[in-house]
Amino acid sequence: MIALYLVGIFFGIVLTQAEALSWYRIQEMFLFQSFHMYGILGSAVVLGAVFFRLVRAGKIRGFGGQPLAIEEKDPSWRRNLFGGLAFGIGWALTGTCPGPMFILIGHLYPGAVVMLVFALLGAFTYGVLKPRLPH
Amino acid sequence: MNLFATGWPWYVSGPLIFATMAMLVLLGRRFGVSSNLESMCTILGAGRVAPHFRVRWRDHAWNLVFIAGAMTGGLVTHVLGAARRMVPISSGTVTTLASWGFSHDPGFAPASLMGTAALSSPVAWGLLGIGGFLVGFGTRWARGCTSGHGVSGLADLQRGSLIATLSFFASGVVVTNVVLPWLLGQ
Repeated sequence: MIALYLVGIFFGIVLTQAEALSWYRIQEMFLFQSFHMYGILGSAVVLGAVFFRLVRAGKIRGFGGQPLAIEEKDPSWRRNLFGGLAFGIGWALTGTCPGPMFILIGHLYPGAVVMLVFALLGAFTYGVLKPRLPH
Repeated sequence: MNLFATGWPWYVSGPLIFATMAMLVLLGRRFGVSSNLESMCTILGAGRVAPHFRVRWRDHAWNLVFIAGAMTGGLVTHVLGAARRMVPISSGTVTTLASWGFSHDPGFAPASLMGTAALSSPVAWGLLGIGGFLVGFGTRWARGCTSGHGVSGLADLQRGSLIATLSFFASGVVVTNVVLPWLLGQ
């Protein structure tokens, strides 16, 4: 648990220094006016692709020597399309996705707390409506 | 010297975000922030209303610890001076954002949207309220956000993550280029 807390601190510092938690950077990305965010996400995905290929090939083991499992996401198109579209609208309206939202709370932005309250309300509403939504 | 007076270029930042994900996987976990919203709903008692939340949140407590660390990391850089710097966005973006009524303030977001002043602004409440709701609703529907789908799932070449990432990127582009100018343009 201490290791996870330290990795979290690392993540908070990295997203701050990357400016990936900045509302300005997100709007700039959606406006296609800078390469910055594309470079960040692109390089993380390319390195991740190599890493996951090695993990899947069994060539990488965990810190404790344990074999590693990779989370399988639901491949169904409905939930990913509709959920993705809803999230994207929210992402652009707030200029903030969940990771940055939490880190901006660390930066003492009261607006990020407001956003968290409504995000919890949204997650709760999804849980209530789940049986009636297409997946 | 202030280590946090300027940001890092993308070719440093991107690999370090990858490193975060790799460390989580090597610790036997995964990189995905939005599932914490679900754990928090469970802790707040949402299971009494919807069966979806009747899960053992302690199984996911590691992710709450991770995100508590991330908040701490943000606070550390804040205290050490990150809050006072200007994010060097392009001049074209500054002009566009000004036409929506948002100034280029020190820190990571306009004070009128995220700062104390935002709490008395109907525009800020509207954007953060509707937007925040959709972030929570959409990420749980799709079971992932930028971290889980956009970085992890996409890197693992998973079909669901590709669909989700294309979807949230597309709707984000439309909102920023069409909806926000229409709502806020002056």
